[in-house]
Amino acid sequence: MFAQALEKILSDHASGAVVRRIEAGQADQGLWDSIAEAGFADLLRSEEQGGAGLSLPELFPLLVCLGRYGVPLPIGQSFMARSLLPDWPDLPPAAMVTLAPVAVRAIDGSLCCPSVPGGQVASHVLTSLDGKLLLLDGAQARRETVGDARSLLAHLHWDSVRPVCERDDATPALLACAAALTAALISGSLHRALEMSLAHCNTRSQFGKAIGKFQAIQQQISVMAQQVLAGSLAAQSAFQGTGSTPSLLAAAVAKSRASEAAAAVAASAHAVHGAIGMTDEFDLSLCTRRLHEWRAQYGAELYWNTLIGNEVLATDRPVLDIVRAL
Amino acid sequence: MSHLLSQLQLAPLPPQAEALRSQVKAFLAEALPSAAARQRARSWMGFDAAFSRKLAQRGWVGLTLPAQYGGAELDAFARYVLVEELLAVGAPVAAHWIADRQSGPLIAKFGTEAQKAFYLPRICRAETFFCIGMSEPNSGSDLASVSTRAQANAGGWLLNGQKIWTTHAHHCQYMIALVRTSGQKEDRQAGLSQLIVDLSLPGVSVRPIRDLSGDAHFSEVFFDQVQLGADALIGQEGSGWAQVNAELAFERSGPERIYSSIVLFDLWLQVLRQGGERSQAATVGRLSAHLATLRHLSMAVTARLVQGESPVIEAALVKDLGTEFEQTIPQLIAACTGPGGTSALELELAATLAYVTQMAPSFSLRGGTREILRSMIARGLDLR
Repeated sequence: MFAQALEKILSDHASGAVVRRIEAGQADQGLWDSIAEAGFADLLRSEEQGGAGLSLPELFPLLVCLGRYGVPLPIGQSFMARSLLPDWPDLPPAAMVTLAPVAVRAIDGSLCCPSVPGGQVASHVLTSLDGKLLLLDGAQARRETVGDARSLLAHLHWDSVRPVCERDDATPALLACAAALTAALISGSLHRALEMSLAHCNTRSQFGKAIGKFQAIQQQISVMAQQVLAGSLAAQSAFQGTGSTPSLLAAAVAKSRASEAAAAVAASAHAVHGAIGMTDEFDLSLCTRRLHEWRAQYGAELYWNTLIGNEVLATDRPVLDIVRAL
Repeated sequence: MSHLLSQLQLAPLPPQAEALRSQVKAFLAEALPSAAARQRARSWMGFDAAFSRKLAQRGWVGLTLPAQYGGAELDAFARYVLVEELLAVGAPVAAHWIADRQSGPLIAKFGTEAQKAFYLPRICRAETFFCIGMSEPNSGSDLASVSTRAQANAGGWLLNGQKIWTTHAHHCQYMIALVRTSGQKEDRQAGLSQLIVDLSLPGVSVRPIRDLSGDAHFSEVFFDQVQLGADALIGQEGSGWAQVNAELAFERSGPERIYSSIVLFDLWLQVLRQGGERSQAATVGRLSAHLATLRHLSMAVTARLVQGESPVIEAALVKDLGTEFEQTIPQLIAACTGPGGTSALELELAATLAYVTQMAPSFSLRGGTREILRSMIARGLDLR
């Protein structure tokens, strides 16, 4: 129900042209307002607190939908932030909150959150410092563009720390939420890349037949489909159970596996598209750019694999018993 | 979303299936013959009839078969739990493996009452072991080209021809063979049937083939004027191809397509833990993340089987990905080898790695080669 409503908004307001405008740092043409006005921002809050009381399994398809449309705004983060601050009363629906699990305080008391997704546009930033979860005002920050082409990534600097709101530490929850939501976004984008590739292989003709008839292409598409499924199910597995936030290990598996799939699928999608996929005009790059961006966002495979590996090595249990318990 | 991909959704094992797990673990702690890792690494190729009978006494052979024929009448989820626990410790399950996974369910589905009453209780008691006669010297990936022929005659069927690469045929009493019963080679899938062949009959000769590791896990089987009864036919004459394909989803999606290198992986973890070695944590983490994901995929296919569907393409997809994981494990562990370890555990690791490395190519050959599966998957994705 919610997913269909979101899909409708995105199909109306998140065309390739709009995504390109957002990537260029221009206005989103009402995309975020439409989502906020429809009440999506409070999905994870309980119904008593004015939200929709959405569970993690119910949230997953919404994030996948955002991923399919390749929206570079921190919309998934805004959804997740509400679940991390369930009793924060005054966060307006229109507040676009991004997540920044890493914060560094300098000796002069200033604060830096590096490589914040959507950092160029977010109105608020949820971060973690010294055992506290802090909600910071984005408008007070100096926003330093990171330099990634066509992303809204920014290093954010505050001269002093004056949080809008603070809570006791939930660093693993913040990090886990950030990683899991990104895995879900990747899942949507993986499906989109595969769909575009299938359509292209069935219509593009060379040597007198559709290129999808060639075994070399079929093998590549088949492997791509496997990566899409693996990345998607890994992502979905972090959105299980009745808790309001994913467990860190489940999020780690989701982010690691989805990120690995992202790189492989982006490469294959370009390989089967040929030169047309390299053009600015064709939408494939919107999809593959997000795949690469989201692969890196909140830590890529190596970061998460190391975390998982250390957990596995810290026990003396067989690996099956460990992964079963995720 | 592609129809094929949307069909596979996360499907956790139901609690009643999970309830079996602690019983299986307790049984294995007591009944599993002690064996070195290099032996346990044989996984579902490890043959031990006595162990299969112990498992049968516990009621765990023919787990999905009807109770009236001696089965436990549990669903594919329960079998999933049993099988993954057996494979995780490298239990020698080969003796009953094929009958439990494929032949028993096939007979239960397509067999006559007499066939069910005869074979199924024997399968469930682990007295009767089955092999599958598919490949022939000139029919590998192109299975529809089989030329072994059974001619209908007064006594039933007269069988002539040859099967090859038949797993453990030399230890089995029966083979379910895919043979031509009508038409010509050009008719392809039409005219193929499945016959139950008693391997003790005159005219049958079974010759084990030594594999590259020194084991003899497969055989060639010759049929020279073998007279079979009319009741050797299983299912419909001419329906062999369809029946074989119905089995494939069961054959390709199970935990055995994920766990072939798991004994090696767990042994490597032990070595790393013993040495306090953390430099390979990322590799450990990557493989663990892959395993967790493959389980989800494999369980998603199992859920479709439980619903009575035949997700052949999805199973092919999981098998391809799963066997790649199985083959990656020895590759990555080999890449981490230092100039030489001296502890007993490290020596065992070296021996186990050597065995798995040699056998790893077979993981993506048995049950349908990677290249064939990928073409199937592409067709399933409507690549036209």
